Amino acid sequence: MKADQSLDCVGLYCPMPIVKTAEKIKELKAGEVLEVVADDKGITKDMPAWCQATGHEFLGTEEKGGEIKVYVKKTHR
Amino acid sequence: MAEAEKEKLTIVMFSGNLDQALAGFIIATTAASMGMAVSIFFTFWGLNIIKKNEGGIKSQGLMRKMLNFMNRGGSRRLKLSRFNMLGLGTAMMKRLMKDANYPSIDEFITMAHQMGVKLIACTTTCGIMGLEEGSFRSEVENLAGAAYFLGEARESKTTLFI
Repeated sequence: MKADQSLDCVGLYCPMPIVKTAEKIKELKAGEVLEVVADDKGITKDMPAWCQATGHEFLGTEEKGGEIKVYVKKTHR
Repeated sequence: MAEAEKEKLTIVMFSGNLDQALAGFIIATTAASMGMAVSIFFTFWGLNIIKKNEGGIKSQGLMRKMLNFMNRGGSRRLKLSRFNMLGLGTAMMKRLMKDANYPSIDEFITMAHQMGVKLIACTTTCGIMGLEEGSFRSEVENLAGAAYFLGEARESKTTLFI
Protein backbone atom coordinates (compact mmCIF):
# COMPACT_ATOMS: atom_id res chain seq x y z
CA MET A 1 0.00 0.00 0.00
CA LYS A 2 1.24 3.49 -0.78
CA ALA A 3 1.69 5.92 2.05
CA ASP A 4 2.58 9.60 2.27
CA GLN A 5 4.59 9.21 5.46
CA SER A 6 6.05 6.34 7.44
CA LEU A 7 6.59 5.89 11.18
CA ASP A 8 9.12 3.36 12.44
CA CYS A 9 7.95 1.68 15.65
CA VAL A 10 10.03 -1.48 15.38
CA GLY A 11 11.17 -2.60 18.83
CA LEU A 12 8.57 -0.53 20.64
CA TYR A 13 5.90 -2.01 22.86
CA CYS A 14 2.38 -0.87 23.68
CA PRO A 15 1.48 1.95 24.15
CA MET A 16 4.42 3.62 22.37
CA PRO A 17 3.33 2.88 18.75
CA ILE A 18 -0.09 4.39 19.49
CA VAL A 19 1.36 7.36 21.37
CA LYS A 20 3.78 8.03 18.49
CA THR A 21 1.03 7.60 15.90
CA ALA A 22 -1.14 10.18 17.66
CA GLU A 23 1.82 12.58 17.59
CA LYS A 24 2.83 11.82 13.98
CA ILE A 25 -0.65 12.13 12.49
CA LYS A 26 -0.58 15.85 13.36
CA GLU A 27 2.09 16.31 10.65
CA LEU A 28 -0.16 14.90 7.91
CA LYS A 29 -2.79 16.70 5.86
CA ALA A 30 -6.35 15.40 5.75
CA GLY A 31 -6.60 12.65 3.12
CA GLU A 32 -2.96 11.57 3.46
CA VAL A 33 -1.98 8.05 4.49
CA LEU A 34 0.36 7.14 7.35
CA GLU A 35 2.20 3.84 7.40
CA VAL A 36 3.25 2.54 10.82
CA VAL A 37 5.87 -0.21 10.89
CA ALA A 38 5.96 -2.28 14.07
CA ASP A 39 6.81 -5.72 15.40
CA ASP A 40 4.57 -5.77 18.48
CA LYS A 41 1.55 -7.86 17.46
CA GLY A 42 -0.74 -5.76 19.66
CA ILE A 43 -0.79 -3.11 16.97
CA THR A 44 -3.06 -5.21 14.73
CA LYS A 45 -5.85 -4.75 17.30
CA ASP A 46 -4.73 -1.45 18.80
CA MET A 47 -4.61 0.58 15.61
CA PRO A 48 -8.19 -0.20 14.49
CA ALA A 49 -9.35 0.65 18.04
CA TRP A 50 -7.39 3.90 17.97
CA CYS A 51 -8.94 4.78 14.60
CA GLN A 52 -12.40 4.00 15.94
CA ALA A 53 -11.83 6.35 18.88
CA THR A 54 -10.23 9.19 16.92
CA GLY A 55 -12.31 8.94 13.75
CA HIS A 56 -9.39 8.37 11.36
CA GLU A 57 -9.78 5.64 8.76
CA PHE A 58 -8.08 2.28 9.25
CA LEU A 59 -7.02 1.02 5.83
CA GLY A 60 -5.51 -2.34 6.69
CA THR A 61 -2.60 -4.46 7.84
CA GLU A 62 0.27 -6.06 5.93
CA GLU A 63 2.37 -8.70 7.69
CA LYS A 64 5.65 -10.00 6.36
CA GLY A 65 8.10 -12.07 8.41
CA GLY A 66 7.41 -10.56 11.82
CA GLU A 67 7.21 -7.03 10.46
CA ILE A 68 3.76 -5.52 10.64
CA LYS A 69 2.66 -2.53 8.61
CA VAL A 70 -0.61 -0.79 9.38
CA TYR A 71 -2.12 2.01 7.34
CA VAL A 72 -4.17 4.92 8.59
CA LYS A 73 -5.82 7.61 6.52
CA LYS A 74 -6.13 10.97 8.21
CA THR A 75 -9.73 12.05 7.79
CA HIS A 76 -9.84 15.27 9.77
CA ARG A 77 -7.65 17.77 11.60
CA MET B 1 -11.60 18.67 19.85
CA ALA B 2 -12.44 21.08 22.64
CA GLU B 3 -11.50 19.95 26.13
CA ALA B 4 -15.14 19.94 27.30
CA GLU B 5 -16.30 17.64 24.47
CA LYS B 6 -13.70 14.98 25.13
CA GLU B 7 -14.58 11.64 26.61
CA LYS B 8 -13.19 11.43 30.14
CA LEU B 9 -11.10 8.82 31.93
CA THR B 10 -10.45 9.08 35.66
CA ILE B 11 -7.93 6.88 37.44
CA VAL B 12 -7.51 6.52 41.20
CA MET B 13 -3.88 5.59 41.76
CA PHE B 14 -3.95 4.10 45.24
CA SER B 15 -0.95 1.79 44.95
CA GLY B 16 2.63 2.96 44.92
CA ASN B 17 4.22 -0.08 43.31
CA LEU B 18 6.26 0.09 40.13
CA ASP B 19 4.17 -2.47 38.26
CA GLN B 20 0.86 -0.89 39.21
CA ALA B 21 2.09 2.61 38.41
CA LEU B 22 3.18 1.34 35.02
CA ALA B 23 -0.29 -0.09 34.31
CA GLY B 24 -1.87 3.23 35.29
CA PHE B 25 0.41 5.32 33.08
CA ILE B 26 0.12 2.97 30.10
CA ILE B 27 -3.66 3.33 30.17
CA ALA B 28 -3.51 7.07 30.84
CA THR B 29 -1.13 7.85 27.96
CA THR B 30 -3.02 5.58 25.57
CA ALA B 31 -6.32 7.23 26.48
CA ALA B 32 -4.78 10.66 25.92
CA SER B 33 -3.57 9.45 22.48
CA MET B 34 -7.12 8.40 21.73
CA GLY B 35 -8.32 11.92 22.36
CA MET B 36 -9.63 11.41 25.87
CA ALA B 37 -9.32 13.87 28.76
CA VAL B 38 -7.48 12.01 31.52
CA SER B 39 -7.15 12.74 35.24
CA ILE B 40 -5.11 10.64 37.65
CA PHE B 41 -5.99 11.08 41.28
CA PHE B 42 -3.12 9.97 43.56
CA THR B 43 -3.90 8.88 47.10
CA PHE B 44 -2.18 6.90 49.89
CA TRP B 45 0.76 4.87 48.58
CA GLY B 46 0.07 6.20 45.11
CA LEU B 47 1.42 9.57 46.28
CA ASN B 48 4.88 7.96 46.31
CA ILE B 49 4.79 7.87 42.52
CA ILE B 50 4.60 11.65 42.23
CA LYS B 51 6.86 12.66 45.12
CA LYS B 52 9.91 14.52 43.85
CA ASN B 53 12.99 12.34 43.44
CA GLU B 54 15.56 14.84 44.69
CA GLY B 55 16.06 16.30 48.14
CA GLY B 56 14.21 15.47 51.32
CA ILE B 57 10.50 15.53 52.07
CA LYS B 58 9.86 18.20 54.69
CA SER B 59 7.08 17.50 57.16
CA GLN B 60 6.01 18.52 60.65
CA GLY B 61 6.15 16.25 63.70
CA LEU B 62 8.23 13.19 64.58
CA MET B 63 5.82 10.53 63.32
CA ARG B 64 5.35 12.21 59.97
CA LYS B 65 9.08 12.78 59.63
CA MET B 66 9.64 9.08 60.34
CA LEU B 67 6.92 8.06 57.90
CA ASN B 68 8.34 10.17 55.09
CA PHE B 69 11.83 8.96 55.83
CA MET B 70 10.88 5.28 55.71
CA ASN B 71 8.30 5.76 52.99
CA ARG B 72 10.40 8.16 50.93
CA GLY B 73 8.83 7.51 47.54
CA GLY B 74 9.72 9.15 44.24
CA SER B 75 9.28 7.59 40.82
CA ARG B 76 12.82 6.18 40.80
CA ARG B 77 12.42 4.44 44.16
CA LEU B 78 9.28 2.43 43.42
CA LYS B 79 9.38 -1.33 43.94
CA LEU B 80 7.62 -4.25 42.33
CA SER B 81 4.55 -5.52 44.19
CA ARG B 82 5.94 -9.05 43.89
CA PHE B 83 9.47 -10.46 43.54
CA ASN B 84 11.12 -7.36 44.88
CA MET B 85 13.66 -9.65 46.60
CA LEU B 86 15.36 -6.82 48.52
CA GLY B 87 15.48 -4.74 45.40
CA LEU B 88 17.06 -7.35 43.14
CA GLY B 89 13.80 -8.22 41.38
CA THR B 90 12.97 -4.56 40.87
CA ALA B 91 16.44 -3.85 39.48
CA MET B 92 16.08 -6.75 37.07
CA MET B 93 12.67 -5.56 35.90
CA LYS B 94 14.03 -2.04 35.33
CA ARG B 95 16.90 -3.57 33.36
CA LEU B 96 14.47 -5.59 31.21
CA MET B 97 12.41 -2.47 30.55
CA LYS B 98 15.51 -0.52 29.59
CA ASP B 99 16.74 -3.31 27.29
CA ALA B 100 13.32 -3.36 25.62
CA ASN B 101 13.60 0.40 25.05
CA TYR B 102 10.59 0.84 27.31
CA PRO B 103 9.99 4.17 29.07
CA SER B 104 10.64 4.39 32.82
CA ILE B 105 7.94 5.63 35.22
CA ASP B 106 9.81 8.91 35.27
CA GLU B 107 9.54 9.20 31.49
CA PHE B 108 5.90 8.10 31.57
CA ILE B 109 5.06 10.91 34.03
CA THR B 110 6.73 13.52 31.79
CA MET B 111 5.06 12.06 28.71
CA ALA B 112 1.62 11.96 30.34
CA HIS B 113 2.02 15.56 31.48
CA GLN B 114 3.00 16.69 27.99
CA MET B 115 -0.07 14.92 26.61
CA GLY B 116 -2.29 16.89 28.94
CA VAL B 117 -2.98 14.20 31.55
CA LYS B 118 -3.91 15.93 34.80
CA LEU B 119 -2.03 14.70 37.87
CA ILE B 120 -3.83 15.43 41.12
CA ALA B 121 -2.71 14.73 44.68
CA CYS B 122 -5.32 13.91 47.34
CA THR B 123 -5.35 16.61 50.02
CA THR B 124 -6.58 14.32 52.80
CA THR B 125 -3.75 11.81 52.55
CA CYS B 126 -1.32 14.68 52.05
CA GLY B 127 -2.57 16.17 55.29
CA ILE B 128 -2.43 12.95 57.29
CA MET B 129 0.99 11.96 55.97
CA GLY B 130 2.33 15.49 56.31
CA LEU B 131 3.06 16.04 52.64
CA GLU B 132 3.23 19.68 51.70
CA GLU B 133 2.80 20.98 48.16
CA GLY B 134 6.56 21.17 47.73
CA SER B 135 6.82 17.40 48.23
CA PHE B 136 5.67 16.74 44.68
CA ARG B 137 7.22 17.04 41.28
CA SER B 138 6.37 20.00 39.07
CA GLU B 139 4.03 18.02 36.80
CA VAL B 140 1.51 17.67 39.63
CA GLU B 141 -1.08 20.29 38.84
CA ASN B 142 -3.16 20.58 41.94
CA LEU B 143 -4.36 19.15 45.19
CA ALA B 144 -8.00 18.18 45.60
CA GLY B 145 -10.36 16.06 47.67
CA ALA B 146 -12.83 13.22 47.16
CA ALA B 147 -15.60 15.53 45.96
CA TYR B 148 -13.42 16.78 43.11
CA PHE B 149 -12.61 13.18 42.16
CA LEU B 150 -16.30 12.22 42.21
CA GLY B 151 -17.15 15.28 40.15
CA GLU B 152 -14.67 14.10 37.51
CA ALA B 153 -15.67 10.44 37.84
CA ARG B 154 -19.37 11.18 37.36
CA GLU B 155 -18.60 12.71 34.00
CA SER B 156 -16.22 9.92 33.00
CA LYS B 157 -17.17 6.93 30.91
CA THR B 158 -14.35 4.97 32.46
CA THR B 159 -13.06 5.09 36.02
CA LEU B 160 -10.29 2.83 37.30
CA PHE B 161 -8.99 2.11 40.78
CA ILE B 162 -5.42 0.87 40.69
